[in-house]
Amino acid sequence: MSNAPLTNETVHRVSFLDKASLHIPILRILQADGTTYENAVLPVIDKPLADKIFDTCVFTRVLDERMLGAQRQGRISFYMTCTGEEASIIGSTAALDKDDVILAQYREHASLRYRGFSTEQFMNQMFSNEKDLGKGRQMPIHYGSRELNYQTISSPLATQIPQATGVAYGMKLQGKRNVAICYFGEGAASEGDFHAGLNMAAVLKSPVIFFCRNNGYAISTPTEEQFAGNGIASRGVGYGMHTIRVDGNDMLAVLAATQQARAYALEHNAPVLIEAMTYRLGAHSSSDDPSGYRSKDEEAKWQQHDPVKRFKLWMVNKGWINEADETTLYERYREEVLAAVKVAEKLPIPKLDEIIEDVLDKPTPALKKQLKELKEHINKYPKAYPKSAGRL
Amino acid sequence: MAQMNMLHAINEALSIAMKADERMVIFGEDVGHFGGVFRATSGLQEQYGRERCFNTPLTEQGIAGFANGLASYGMTAVAEIQFADYIFPAFDQIVNESAKFRYRSGNQFDVGGLTFRTPYGGGIAGGHYHSQSPEAYFTQTPGLKVVVPRNPEQAKGLLLAAIRDPNPVIFFEPKRLYRASVGEVPAGDYQIELGKAQVVKQGRDITVLAWGAQMEIVEKACERAEKEGISCEIIDLRTLAPWDVDTVAKSVTKTGRLLINHEAPLTGGFAGEIAATIQQECFLSLESPISRVCGLDTPYPLIHEKEYMPDELKTFEAIKASVAF
Repeated sequence: MSNAPLTNETVHRVSFLDKASLHIPILRILQADGTTYENAVLPVIDKPLADKIFDTCVFTRVLDERMLGAQRQGRISFYMTCTGEEASIIGSTAALDKDDVILAQYREHASLRYRGFSTEQFMNQMFSNEKDLGKGRQMPIHYGSRELNYQTISSPLATQIPQATGVAYGMKLQGKRNVAICYFGEGAASEGDFHAGLNMAAVLKSPVIFFCRNNGYAISTPTEEQFAGNGIASRGVGYGMHTIRVDGNDMLAVLAATQQARAYALEHNAPVLIEAMTYRLGAHSSSDDPSGYRSKDEEAKWQQHDPVKRFKLWMVNKGWINEADETTLYERYREEVLAAVKVAEKLPIPKLDEIIEDVLDKPTPALKKQLKELKEHINKYPKAYPKSAGRL
Repeated sequence: MAQMNMLHAINEALSIAMKADERMVIFGEDVGHFGGVFRATSGLQEQYGRERCFNTPLTEQGIAGFANGLASYGMTAVAEIQFADYIFPAFDQIVNESAKFRYRSGNQFDVGGLTFRTPYGGGIAGGHYHSQSPEAYFTQTPGLKVVVPRNPEQAKGLLLAAIRDPNPVIFFEPKRLYRASVGEVPAGDYQIELGKAQVVKQGRDITVLAWGAQMEIVEKACERAEKEGISCEIIDLRTLAPWDVDTVAKSVTKTGRLLINHEAPLTGGFAGEIAATIQQECFLSLESPISRVCGLDTPYPLIHEKEYMPDELKTFEAIKASVAF
C-alpha cells in the first residue's frame, strides 16, 4: 500500500494551513473552589481511591520539602521536587493497573509512592546506602523498582519514549491486558527520541500512553523558546494518534483522561498522547535557581492553581476529609520522613565488590583483575578511601 | 554439511532462533516482507508472521530505543541496523541505555535479550557511508558484547550464541563476505561460545590477529610469509568485548611477536587496546614491537579504497619487518 494522494480533497489556489487550523480544547472538570463544572463527566472515583491519591499528595509534599532541606544541609548531593505537578503525576498513575509499566523521566516519584514504594526505600536510594535497590550507582531520585513495575530512571532525556513503545509492543505480543505509560516534559519532546517513539508506536500499534507534563520550563528555557507549534498535543494528531490536552492541575481531569486513554489503548492496541498543562512550582533541581529566569509574580499566580489544594477542596466538599485529617497526615509524614532520614544516612554504602557486578550478567576475568588491583591499592592507602577501606 | 554463503547461514540462524523462542522478534528497516536490503531476513515474515518480523519506520534511534524497551519486558529482540555507518543516531540508546540498563538498576531490569545485527566494513565501493568499521566506539562501553564472524559456519554459531546471550550484543557482519564467503555449515542448532578467540592456524614465529573480513586477508598474507620461511600463528579474535586475553597472550608468549590487523582507522582502534594489554602480559617474551596494520586515519575513501585498506601486501610486509626487527 502506498500513498494515495488522489483521495485528498483538492483545491485550485494556494492555501496554507497554520497552527490555528487545529483547535485543541483543554479538559477541565474541577473548578478552583473544588466544585465541578455543571456538565462535567467525572472519572471513576470513590472515597478509598480519593484517599489514596490525597495521601500520596501529602507524602510527596512532605518528602519534597524535607529532602530539599536535607540537600541544603549537605546530607544528600542532589534533589528534585515535583511540587505543582502532583495532579498530573498522581492523577495519571491512579488510572493504571499495577502491572502497567511506568517509564518515567525523573520528576515522577509521586507515582512510585502511589505504587507503594516505602519511605525507607526512598531514603536508601537517596543516601546510596547498602539497601538501595540500585546499589548506590545513581544520583539521588533515580529510583527504580521491578516489583512495582517502575523502570529505573536514566538521566538522558526522552530515551524512555521509544523504550515505552517497545515495552508496550512486548505486552501486546505476550497477550497481556496492560499498557505502558511514558512520562516526559515538553522540553524532552524536542529530542529525536520523542519523534521516533511516538511515530513507531502509532505505526506498530503499541498500547502506550504518552504523558507529557508541559510544565512551562525546561530548566530555564520557556515553552516559547522550545517550540513554535500548538503545544505538544498538535503533534499527536500528526502521528495519527488519539490525543487530548488536559488541565494538569486538575486531578479529576487527569484521572478521567488517563482512565479513558488506557481503555482506548487496550481496546485498539494503539497509543494515546496526553498533554497536561501544568507548572513547575519549584526549581528544576536543587542545583537550579528560578529567580534568574522567571518572576515571583508568575510563581505567585500559579500558586493559586495549586493542584493539591484544589483536589482537597473537592474532597472537603464531598465530606471525605477535613482540615484536622489533613494536619494529622502532614504531621505523621513529617515524623516518618525525618526518622527514615536518620536511619538511612547511618547505613554503610554498598560493598566495593558490587562495583563490578551487573556490568554484564557475570563479571569478566578482566574486571575481577581490576577489582583485585583496586583492593590492593585501597589496602595500601586506606585513609584515602574511608568509606570502603574498612569493609573490603 | 551443506555449502552456503554467509547470508544464508545468518538467515538460517535467525530462523532456528525464532522457531525455538516464541518471544523472539526481528525488526528494522526493510527487514519485513522484502527480507532486508541484503536479504538476511528473507522468508522470516512469511514463516513467523508480521508481528514477529516487521519493518520499522526509518529511525535508528527509534529502532534501538524500541529494542531496549522490548528486551526490558522479557522479549528477545533482534534489531537490524541497515549499515553500521547508520548506527550513530542509535548511539545514545546503545551506549547510555542498552549498556547501562542492568548496572543502573542494580540488576532489577536488563536488556539481555537484545542483539543488534549490522553489516560493517569496506571493500564494496561503498564510500564514506557504506564502509565503516565502528566497533571500537562500542568496545569502550562497559555493558556491551561485540562479536564479528569471519565465515558462514562461524556466523551461524556465533549469531545463535549472541541472540541467546543474557547481555546486549552488537553483532557486526562483514558485508563484503555476505555472498563472497561460502563454506560448509553444520545443519541444525549449534552455538559458538562468545568471549573465546580461535587459533585457526598454529605457527612459531609470529602471531597474526584479526577478525571478520580481515581474516581471509591475513590468511593470504601468512601464506606468502610461509613461502619465505616465516611460520605464522593466526588467531581470529571473534569477540572483541569481552576479549580473550589468555588465548592471545599464550600465543604471543610462544611466538614472541604480534601483528594486529583491522579495517578501522589506526588511531583509537581496538588494536591499540590489544597491543597495550599484550605488552603488559608478555613484555619479557616480546622479540619485536607489536605491529598494527590498520586503515588510515582518514574518512573511508571511495576511489582510494584499495590504497586505504590494510591489505595482504601491507600485512605481508609488516610480518617480515616484525620478524627481521
